Amino acid sequence: MSSVATSRRPTRPGRIRLPELFTGGGRSRRLLWLFVGVLVLFSVARVVSGQQALTSSSTFAAALLLAVPIGLAALGGLFSERAGVVNIGLEGMMILGTWGAGWAGYQWGWGAAVLGGLLFGAVGGLLHAIATVTFGVDHVVSGVAINILAAGVVRFLSELFYVDNPAGGGAAQSPSLSNRPPDFSLPVLSSGPDLLGDLESLHWFLISDLAGLLRGLTHEVGVLTLIAVLLIPASYLVLWRTAFGLRLRSCGENPAAADSLGVPVYRLKYIAVLISGALAGLGGVFLVFVANIYREGQTGGRGFIGLAALIFGNWRPGGLAAGAGLFGFSDALQLRSRTAVVALLLVVALLLAGLAVAQAVRGRILTAVIAGVFAIASLVGFLTIDALPPGIVFFTPHLTTLLVLSLASQRLRMPQADGVVYRRGEH
Amino acid sequence: MNGRPGLLRRVGLALIGPVLAIIVALVISGIVIALIGEDPVAALKVMVDLGDTPSQQTQAIVVILNRAIPLFLAGLAVSVAFRMGLFNIGVEGQYRMAAIAAAAVGAAVVLPAPLHVLLIMVVAVAVGALWAGIVGVLKVTRGVSEVISSIMLNFIALGTASFLLTGPLRGSGEGASIVTTKPIPESGWFPGLNGLFTALGLAQPRTELYGFLLVAIVVGVAIAVLIKRTRFGFDLRASGLSPSAATASGVNARAMVLKTMLLSGAIAGLIGLPDLLGDTHEFGTQFTGGLGFLGIAVALLGRNTPVGITLAALLFAFLDRAALPLQFADIPSSVVTIIQGTIVLTVVIANEVVGRFALRTAERAGSAAAAPPADPGGGGGGDTSPIDGPTGHGRSDDRQGAQA
Repeated sequence: MSSVATSRRPTRPGRIRLPELFTGGGRSRRLLWLFVGVLVLFSVARVVSGQQALTSSSTFAAALLLAVPIGLAALGGLFSERAGVVNIGLEGMMILGTWGAGWAGYQWGWGAAVLGGLLFGAVGGLLHAIATVTFGVDHVVSGVAINILAAGVVRFLSELFYVDNPAGGGAAQSPSLSNRPPDFSLPVLSSGPDLLGDLESLHWFLISDLAGLLRGLTHEVGVLTLIAVLLIPASYLVLWRTAFGLRLRSCGENPAAADSLGVPVYRLKYIAVLISGALAGLGGVFLVFVANIYREGQTGGRGFIGLAALIFGNWRPGGLAAGAGLFGFSDALQLRSRTAVVALLLVVALLLAGLAVAQAVRGRILTAVIAGVFAIASLVGFLTIDALPPGIVFFTPHLTTLLVLSLASQRLRMPQADGVVYRRGEH
Repeated sequence: MNGRPGLLRRVGLALIGPVLAIIVALVISGIVIALIGEDPVAALKVMVDLGDTPSQQTQAIVVILNRAIPLFLAGLAVSVAFRMGLFNIGVEGQYRMAAIAAAAVGAAVVLPAPLHVLLIMVVAVAVGALWAGIVGVLKVTRGVSEVISSIMLNFIALGTASFLLTGPLRGSGEGASIVTTKPIPESGWFPGLNGLFTALGLAQPRTELYGFLLVAIVVGVAIAVLIKRTRFGFDLRASGLSPSAATASGVNARAMVLKTMLLSGAIAGLIGLPDLLGDTHEFGTQFTGGLGFLGIAVALLGRNTPVGITLAALLFAFLDRAALPLQFADIPSSVVTIIQGTIVLTVVIANEVVGRFALRTAERAGSAAAAPPADPGGGGGGDTSPIDGPTGHGRSDDRQGAQA
């Protein structure tokens, strides 16, 4: 919003004020500064706390690994919610996807696993579409029912196909996949001479952190990760730069108006929810690839978190990717090192201290004091706690999501007719 | 039209949805069982068979009732929020936090029996309400969707409970395979109801029927009265049917959200207690999970009315009991989950279809009679809030009643 205003402002050459340097130049410049700011923040936290895991390439690689399934689920949510169908059933479709991938993968390899996951996820989507679009059932209710049903169906299918299967497996898991998907590394920089790896191990301020980030994102990246990352801009192009996307989004904003203009609302909603299910299923495939096996409960609520990432990202592809990245990073940190999570407290303390100063300058003393108190509390926590107990560390990502949402959600705008049951001729 | 056929019609329309749904679900499940080469009729027989001897039969009934009590409470907790158009998906976390807090407090204090039990219940209710209150506060002050925040809080509750159990509240020894809190002394146990069977001249079952059944009945009646007969209940239902109309008539929407979440969480806090006070007497790693999600299904099936929820809880408990006998008969017990999931999906579809049918016949009857040209309740009919599936049918039923 404000970026539009600033970018339209006539630029006066030669007299650049300091705030203009950070906030001017439109959206991309501001994002760049945000990125630099976060990087500096984490570099400081790493150097002060001595927790190298905070910005190591292995942490970033794990973060990417954990962000991909969430991002795929969120992308699935994007398609369906942009067409006006709330999809709480993402979790169930993801579960179906993991089973489909496991079943097809152990017999015919990783290519078939991708297809199997897509197909099974789409079946879940079809069910959701039939219930919500054709029968006009409340979207959340249908989604919850699908989640319950999916859990039962995969258990049943596993008992049917995997118990007494000569290839292995059991009531809760499939046999191993028959082959592994390929992965790629950036030549010279991340593999072979591995220049970024050398740079990272020097532990220089800022430079090593950047090297860690780049190496983590380019070293042994799986084929599905690559596809998932490419799907983000692809979804943007499809939804915002094609006639199909415009029509699909019009179903989510004002279906009655779209209908009056000849847009086939029901058909588009069906397509959107089918794509949604398939993408959630693909997220499931990714989880199966990571473990090389289907295991019951593999999704661990990632479909729900994908939904949160979608909301955090304001129903936009770039935003949801950032949300998935944030979640993946905090999840990776808690998995890699429990002591590094404590360093996160230092980051929070620095952020809150900055907020306190900013609020104090603007004259909001009360907010500033509250932020300051929490900043000091975080700092004390950082200084006194060595390692958080496993139970607490487990929910780091969920707590992060909750905090970020409660700070950001007032600026969010969901599609106008999201979750509204549309019946032709009744509006 | 006079009153009686109208009433009959109304009851019939309310019942036809769930009944249709259960039949369809059974047919689908039967097809599934037939597909794997088992006999659906035999499977049904296994599920209905409660046992050969009288004591086996009463035992089966006790198992069903003991399972139905927490399911009923879970359904009730979800339905209270549903009536207001709120989706409390966080019952799962609320009752887990409530149960571990109740177990800890119950083990820590020594009081005479009735006070001890009362204290435990108060703690559970307070913690459940508090945990749900976070959702309410975040929604009211920060605009966070209750669906997302309560899902996140479920995970946070899971982690916190496991931290408390393995850390500060650990009561069992270091090497024990099942970690539990310290046991609640006997003064904090809820007495069972097996005297009832003796009084009725029935065989004595092996396990104790939870005395918490009485609490569940009291809570159910209290909630029914609160929703149907008080100002608060009227405001709650009004906000659920049409938030804008409720606000226009002076209902403070933000306060209602908070109050409803607190009430829903308070009921949710009770879910873990039947097991805790009647059987295990300690919170442990084998604590029954998943009741919150089943509660959503029970509330949907019971159409958010206390009587409906009772029936739905009994049905789900009956199906859950059948899992073990099915396993013995070499039929995958996950059939039970499939039946439950299918019932939920078919029941919401059937409700929707029947609701539309009722609306249409009501409109036709209205236009045919043409005596009252426009019925006053009709204005709200076209207005849909984002979450009004379960309440929408109530609306069409009310219209039906107004016509009769």
